[in-house]
Amino acid sequence: MSDRLLVATRKGLFTLERKRAGWTADLIGFVGNPVTNALRQDDGVIFAALKLGHFGPKLHRSDDDGRTWREIAAPAFAADTPSAPSLFQIWSLEGGGRHHPNRLWIGAIPAGLFRSDDRGESWQLMDALWNVPERARWFGGGYDDAGIHSISPDPRDPARTLVAISCGGVWETRDDGATWNVLGKGLVAPYVPPEQAEDSAIQDPHRVTRCAAAPDVMWMQHHAGVYRSADAGAHWTRLSLPCDDFGFAVAAHPRDAQTAWFVPALKDEIRMPRDGALCVSRTNDGGKTWQIMRQGLPQRDAYDLIYRHGFDVDHSGSRLAMGSTTGALWTSDDGGERWDLVNAHLPPIYAVSFI
Amino acid sequence: MAEIHFTSHLRNLVPDGPMSASGVTVGEALDNLVAGQPHVRSYVLDDQGRLRKHVCIFADGERLAHDSALSRRIGPDTKLYVMQALSGG
Repeated sequence: MSDRLLVATRKGLFTLERKRAGWTADLIGFVGNPVTNALRQDDGVIFAALKLGHFGPKLHRSDDDGRTWREIAAPAFAADTPSAPSLFQIWSLEGGGRHHPNRLWIGAIPAGLFRSDDRGESWQLMDALWNVPERARWFGGGYDDAGIHSISPDPRDPARTLVAISCGGVWETRDDGATWNVLGKGLVAPYVPPEQAEDSAIQDPHRVTRCAAAPDVMWMQHHAGVYRSADAGAHWTRLSLPCDDFGFAVAAHPRDAQTAWFVPALKDEIRMPRDGALCVSRTNDGGKTWQIMRQGLPQRDAYDLIYRHGFDVDHSGSRLAMGSTTGALWTSDDGGERWDLVNAHLPPIYAVSFI
Repeated sequence: MAEIHFTSHLRNLVPDGPMSASGVTVGEALDNLVAGQPHVRSYVLDDQGRLRKHVCIFADGERLAHDSALSRRIGPDTKLYVMQALSGG
């Protein structure tokens, strides 16, 4: 199991490490500054995305595991970009997968997808996605503008990548970014007039993850429900849960295509655990049946929400971690059956990943 | 040359004490300054060269309206202060 976590928070970037006496937390950079996401690549390089309240989004890189940092160019929209956007937030950071070791993806608000093939030294806007005519129908979900929060390179095909947009649906390229097609048959949006509810380009997928060993299997926490796809996002089936099916985060088991975890919350005008009792839902059979797991999680007076990137499962599929809006962080070593509170007093948590 | 002071919150980017830049408008003076200090640009201006929403500029003691700050004409002895707007706090 992985013994280290990278934790991006409202007040800096932390690593948490499991030692003999338990988990310890170290503030490794950007004290006082919002870190909207962070990524550690296999070679140890860490990228940290900042959102400085006054001075805009920034990007930093560490080549020594977080001891020292260097500001590198953040992606930017060129002056001739239609509708004259400016980068508001770096929402998602993803590596290029095994086919593209020098590649870094950034999903932004507004919903620009940027790619670097030189480890973040220079950036290119994926014009073909920005210029799809359907973008006129995209709209903000939680922010003023639409944004890209999920980026998923296909581990089998170097030219194929999927992204998910709130609110703009699920998009895929099969030719390394030259063209993009909207996916998502079966998704239903109750927040638009009924005749538009199945429009793929206005869906609000809160988060999409896929099974590493079975990449056609994807799980989605949608604004309205939980979905699974068995054909890499083309078609989705809404799953029936015995608990709230609103939320933001989802974790896909890395090897077992039938297993995934979600963190339920009261829909969508409330956004807190029902009755102040935090739980995690898990299926082991592709969504037919669910376990609602509460052991070790607060069952009263809990107002914790887990954001999109605040939930992760390690490579073993047994250890989970989740960090909340109140700065609490829990881990589980048995697939979510029992949870341990690792730290109750971190800053509000935006992103958690095993490293 | 206008005299440009930056908020202390940018002290790790710009030296302590004023810098000078030529220009007949605030925008020109800032453009000329960041031409020699390109790393400062993205902290003050957005991707499209607009003044960042939560940055405010004072010229000779007057707080400039955000939308017209960069086009404000300045003289050779103008003192500019580039500050954090408290709206962004």
